[in-house]
Amino acid sequence: MNLLCALLFGIFVLGTAQAQVEIVTLARLEKVMSSSKDTVYVINFWATWCKPCIEELPYFEEAHTFYATSNVRILLVSLDMPSELERTLVPFIEKKKLQSEIVLLNEPDPNIWIDKIEPTWTGSLPATLIFNGSSKKRMFFEKQISKEELFSTIQQMKE
Amino acid sequence: MKTFMLSLFMMCTMSLYSAEGLKVGDNAIDFSLKNIDGSMISLSDYAKDNGVVVIFTCNHCPFSIAYEDRIINLHNAFASKGYPVLAINPNDPVTVPEDSFEKMIERSKEKNFPFNYVIDETQSIAKQYGATRTPHVFLLKKQSNNTFTVAYIGAIDDNHSDVSSVKQTYLSNAIDALIAQKNPAPESTKAIGCSIKWKK
Repeated sequence: MNLLCALLFGIFVLGTAQAQVEIVTLARLEKVMSSSKDTVYVINFWATWCKPCIEELPYFEEAHTFYATSNVRILLVSLDMPSELERTLVPFIEKKKLQSEIVLLNEPDPNIWIDKIEPTWTGSLPATLIFNGSSKKRMFFEKQISKEELFSTIQQMKE
Repeated sequence: MKTFMLSLFMMCTMSLYSAEGLKVGDNAIDFSLKNIDGSMISLSDYAKDNGVVVIFTCNHCPFSIAYEDRIINLHNAFASKGYPVLAINPNDPVTVPEDSFEKMIERSKEKNFPFNYVIDETQSIAKQYGATRTPHVFLLKKQSNNTFTVAYIGAIDDNHSDVSSVKQTYLSNAIDALIAQKNPAPESTKAIGCSIKWKK
């Protein structure tokens, strides 16, 4: 019985962890980026060890709540090492009670995939891509974004 | 309209910003930066070498830490061939106390750095070179008049998290190309890294 409980508990813990953060490859992001829907997509590249990333996270969370019923989708792409998923990323998400959709990008050779996200991106974090699927308007920020920049850009892309 | 103008202004300043910095083929700007042993280091100190492997890096960034041993190995492999490593910490220690000059000395002792590790206190060298992240490599090649030009910009290799999975050793390939009197190909690469922490 004890063993059964332990097993069930184990599955439960693993299950919730897996449900929170999916490990994805570039193909998943390319699928989002190729959307033709009249939706504003906000893709933020971050990591738990990146101080300016952590400082701007609350703005994405606010946008996630504020635009919950509009055609705005926030996607937080963690560049933490895959080996840190259970040890660092999941506990961080739980501690901060993050509600936005979060994936972990596991893709080798940034030299190949960075340009596919945005050719002007030199590779520093944080970085944020905001675009509208149908109008194809897009803006890229290779810096810590301010709350005003985030909301005004989303608003502009919605119009 | 106001937000549109603001966005336009932001886009313009951003594109200006990305256009800054050195490109492959440009003359490397000389400097005088304080080394962990207290001495001042300039490119002219490398006149006897064939080039300099300038790496903007720091103490705190997990990507820099992941590459520390590889940077040490690169120096040990290539310094004797005339391509020593020169590590430059460009971060503002007010923003990141772990990247202070004192902490640089500590870290270099812990890891027994065989290369010079200097601080870019005013951050002007990082700005002039166009460094944006750590680690960020600028491989310099010496010219006949003892000045240096930029031969390669970018990543150390293609896998920061797992040395055993590295397939492309971009930087050591680029140095090998210079040793063979060829131009590195690719001459520039990209990598993910920590943004340089600029003074506010």
